[in-house]
Amino acid sequence: MATEPTTLSFGQPVKRKEDGRFIQGRGNYLDDIVLPKMIYMALVRSPYGHAKINNIDTSAALKVPGVKAVITAKELAGAGLDWMPTLAQDKQMVLAGGKVLFQYQEVAAVFADTREAAADGVAAVQVDYEPLQAVTDPYKAMAKDAPILRDDREKKTNHIWHYEVGDQKTTADALSGAPVKIKQMIRFPRCHPSPLEPCGCIADFNGGTGRLTFYVTSQAPHAHRTVISLVSKVPESNIRVVSPDIGGGFGNKVPVYPGYVCAIVGSLTLGVPVKWVESRTENLASTHFARDYWMETEIGATKDGKVTALKVSTVADHGAFDGAANPTKYPAGLFGICTGSYDFPTAFVEVDGYYTNKAPGGIAYRCSFRVTEAAYCIERAMDILADELKMDPVDLRRKNFIPKEKFPYPSATGWTYDSGDYEKTLDKALQTIDYKNLLKEQAEKRKRGELSGIGVSTFTEIVGAGPAHNFDILGIKMFDSAEIRVHPTGSALVRTGTKAQGQGHETTWAQIVAEELGLDVQNVLVEEGDTDTAPYGLGTYASRSTAVAGAAIAVAARKIREKAKHLAAHLLEANPDDIEWADYKFRVKGSPDRTKTMQEVAFAAYTNMPDDIEPGLEGVTYYNPPNLTFPNGAYICAVDIDRGTGAVSVRRFVAIDDCGNIINPMIVEGQIHGGLAEGFAIAFMQEIEYDEDGNNRTTNFTEYLVPSSFETPRWEVGNTVTPSPHHPLGTKGIGESPNVGSPAAFANAVVDALSPLGVRHVDIPLTREKIWKILREKGVTG
Amino acid sequence: MFPAAFEYVRANSLQEALAALKEHGSDARVLAGGQSLIPAMRYRLAQPAVLVDINPIDGLSYIKEDGGVLKIGALTRHSDLEFSKLINEKYKFMADVAYVVADPIVRNRGTLCGAIAHNDPAADWTACALAARVNVIATSATGNRTIAIDDFLVDSFTNALKPGEIVTETVWPIPDATTSGSYLKIERKVGDYATAAAGVKTTLDARGNCTNTGIGMCAVGPQALRAKNAEKAIDGGPLTDERIKAAAEAAAKECDPGEDTRGSVAFKRDLIRVLVTRALTQTRERLEKKMGKTS
Amino acid sequence: MKHPVKITVNGTETAADVEPRQVLAYYLRDSGFTSVHIGCDSTSCGACTVIVDGQAVKSCTMFAVQADGKNVTTIEGLAQGGKLHPLQDAFHNEHGLQCGYCTPGMILSSLALLQRNPNPSEEEIRHGLSGNMCRCTGYQNIVKAVQSAAKELKGQQQPVSHEPAVSAAAGE
Repeated sequence: MATEPTTLSFGQPVKRKEDGRFIQGRGNYLDDIVLPKMIYMALVRSPYGHAKINNIDTSAALKVPGVKAVITAKELAGAGLDWMPTLAQDKQMVLAGGKVLFQYQEVAAVFADTREAAADGVAAVQVDYEPLQAVTDPYKAMAKDAPILRDDREKKTNHIWHYEVGDQKTTADALSGAPVKIKQMIRFPRCHPSPLEPCGCIADFNGGTGRLTFYVTSQAPHAHRTVISLVSKVPESNIRVVSPDIGGGFGNKVPVYPGYVCAIVGSLTLGVPVKWVESRTENLASTHFARDYWMETEIGATKDGKVTALKVSTVADHGAFDGAANPTKYPAGLFGICTGSYDFPTAFVEVDGYYTNKAPGGIAYRCSFRVTEAAYCIERAMDILADELKMDPVDLRRKNFIPKEKFPYPSATGWTYDSGDYEKTLDKALQTIDYKNLLKEQAEKRKRGELSGIGVSTFTEIVGAGPAHNFDILGIKMFDSAEIRVHPTGSALVRTGTKAQGQGHETTWAQIVAEELGLDVQNVLVEEGDTDTAPYGLGTYASRSTAVAGAAIAVAARKIREKAKHLAAHLLEANPDDIEWADYKFRVKGSPDRTKTMQEVAFAAYTNMPDDIEPGLEGVTYYNPPNLTFPNGAYICAVDIDRGTGAVSVRRFVAIDDCGNIINPMIVEGQIHGGLAEGFAIAFMQEIEYDEDGNNRTTNFTEYLVPSSFETPRWEVGNTVTPSPHHPLGTKGIGESPNVGSPAAFANAVVDALSPLGVRHVDIPLTREKIWKILREKGVTG
Repeated sequence: MFPAAFEYVRANSLQEALAALKEHGSDARVLAGGQSLIPAMRYRLAQPAVLVDINPIDGLSYIKEDGGVLKIGALTRHSDLEFSKLINEKYKFMADVAYVVADPIVRNRGTLCGAIAHNDPAADWTACALAARVNVIATSATGNRTIAIDDFLVDSFTNALKPGEIVTETVWPIPDATTSGSYLKIERKVGDYATAAAGVKTTLDARGNCTNTGIGMCAVGPQALRAKNAEKAIDGGPLTDERIKAAAEAAAKECDPGEDTRGSVAFKRDLIRVLVTRALTQTRERLEKKMGKTS
Repeated sequence: MKHPVKITVNGTETAADVEPRQVLAYYLRDSGFTSVHIGCDSTSCGACTVIVDGQAVKSCTMFAVQADGKNVTTIEGLAQGGKLHPLQDAFHNEHGLQCGYCTPGMILSSLALLQRNPNPSEEEIRHGLSGNMCRCTGYQNIVKAVQSAAKELKGQQQPVSHEPAVSAAAGE
């Protein structure tokens, strides 16, 4: 990865400062926290996908030794807590009243002295269900005779919302007049982020102080605090949300889950801390899923391969409640980025959301707010177009790339891409994998009757949500913040509104401050996750942290440097206008030996400040980004298919990413490795499957598969650098790019391997059976 | 997540274990590796009232050639076999199995005998044992009983043990200079149940014809099963491509897979065809190497 | 009915009265060894991996009563005299961890792997660690960490032999 050897810290592969506690087993995760008098909560869950609840009998459960209380929707309704708002302007049952809408939905909460007693209590709760017909297909949900799932809504329909962007008429005209056209239903199946640590919380209401301390696996602690205040009516000043170390998030830990509300109610009622930690089964079956989009995609083009129009009509399956944590204006997230890296003169994108009897959600799993769906859609569709035109998919892409002179680029769906040099990134990928020789090798393999494929994905990401005029979640604008304080002896404290779950903020935020202020990165302490001390921010997901909070940190640091300049002037007995920052020191212009370090200035800020300067050395910034940022990447994948078993072997995978300037190349590389592994899992083996009756077939790790070290391919990664013109550090964000860009690379490679058989599209996941079936249908035996 | 409560009996000797089983009857289950039983208990799919832990018993963990046979003790772990010099050098198709059972950590606790006794439809050792024509030694208070593997495996999770009996050993034939085999498994990832798996073992007679061929398949029926017609298609002739093809097709027809998230019936049948083909082909290569022939 | 157990953890004896149904993972966590993590409920993920009498074990799939009288090593016991084990250093130097949740189990599995096979190939490492799930790293830097530690450890310790008694004498 590119580094800047002449910098103090920025761009250096600084080893992670947070590692110490993790490699010694001294991390502080949610379930590690034990409070005096703490009790445990477990949830009763519905075995049915759709059913009336005729009765809930908790009497036997209350008799189980150790059980303290059992609550149902009835008890919650009294406090108006049986329903809660979702982050998508919908509402969700906290505990099911009247009926259940998805299998594993929360029905009752049992509070007990021990985990085992709580589990025994759950087993003893008797619920009288009357099963109803389940709807697990959004196309069936939209039928006129479909059962209405949400009778709590005014409009009796399973249709949730309609979203559209772009120019419908111009696009329709362009498509009807296009000499070359492709149309394909592209499905992105339901999957699940499943971080290794499940979700959990400890609600601790202190009757003496009136304060609720809420420990929770949350990627967005401030947002949780505000939502909890709105829902529970406890004032925000009396709520402290603490996100401890988090064992992976990937969007799974953004929402407020029913279990959290039940635990809070339990603590408020029983006056003791209540801990709730879900099982893996509960995590997979009830926390927010990802994807589940049916994307009908049309591209129009000229005969020589210039795209003229894009139309995507999408059906979005949201499960029983729309929990997708999207910015308010964007119920389909940033799906409108599906014009991708290409210069479409016109496009029209529409999405319709539907309820089904499945777990709620939609936004998760490193999706950047539906960019995973958008990038997969366009990259798959471009390959189909290439096939139609009998063009090399690389040539087709190059021909249609937004040229770098056109940036900032106003896309047909209303985004202004900040910067990009797509050809440079693509060329590096082609060179790294030696594309010409790869093609030669493929030709030779094909002569021998082998199935060998090459897949390309040149995707554009859109992250850094977002500018206040367009981006809010439940009304809260999506700024982020930084508070930096430099101590007298020259070390510093940084607090932000973000919350890492493995992304290395304790190192990268320190590197920004070290670079901006000339401090030793080891002496910059980063704190996140405690709403009592951290400035308000919208948290870490959608690759927004570096883009927004990183900017806030830089701006806050520069405020400090500006004040420090005046202090330096005082110390150097010079005019502030004659002071410059060079070589990580303040110096008098024209007198290079007259310098002051930041350490000296910091000391002076507490011991020797002039009358007209406030003591202390601190900077606070709430950063409202002027735009999103647009990282991009070029991924190339080479696969071989086993004709006997349908197994796909990934022979090579080259990933070249452009996320602008890089703060820590080691951390960026790690993010890419991890995201590619997730994309690999999604492409080949992950799907949350429901049968027709609403039974979830994939509720643990023996059915919902996470690849091991043995299956996971080796990654060859590299980068190009096209800085963001509007970001104070020129960085763009990277965390989700590999998951956004890679599924299409894998899929395109597999389809390419099958293309000699006349295959043009296969939906993911590309299981052995799916490929085997195609092979046999095409007369290929093994 | 949390099992139902149960009574725990720690057996320090075989006698203690047998006595406990007699006392508690069908309320009791034997705990050896526990790598199948304990997960089932955590889901409360199994709720034995009593667990009799035989792990403390000395002298039940061995891999030894004795009296012209290979004996595997009840507490021999999968990883003991995986890293055994003897198994890797002389019992290649058992080494094939040990490499792919569950995952490396589970293999440290799970036992070969326990897996066979548990008789999960996808248990690799059951298919291998069928191919090898293994005998199971069942021990009770009154002595030992030898049960041929074909009789021992009765149905899904059901074996031929009588109340009061424990499997203490399995007995495997020692392969001679003209015997070899191979075990191949298709799994979506390490640790998944097999989508399909097949083990083959054969001996060439003086004329170079296959005899006593064993072909066992698992994950393609309510329990592991012997591909009898496939065995007949191989026996009595050399390991040629044509005979291998015929055997593989026969095996595909006689297995009995069910549809699940791993695949359809048709897919699993065809996987058996492919796996038996490849296992027989690999066996042929191993025989050629073993017998000093060049291919 | 509770059973008294004595389990030596990282060289120090712990004792408690436990329900038989309590798995070792929770026993260890409740005894203060919170490095033992719970990531699944199907014995799949390996986050709870510890070393019991020299063998890597998924502590969620062993009852605490079974560990009575045994020696358990968790990652808290890996550093000696304040000095980190080469595997711990290697995971740090090679960026073999991100959220840290799989890390204790992954390092202990790596330790068991290297004790058995001090010079593993990449395939042997990937196979040997295939019982430990990681969602963050994509495994690549974990492999590098194990390779780096292997170099460091080569010659420093004898591999532990797990060959059971192979004897010509009759067993029963």
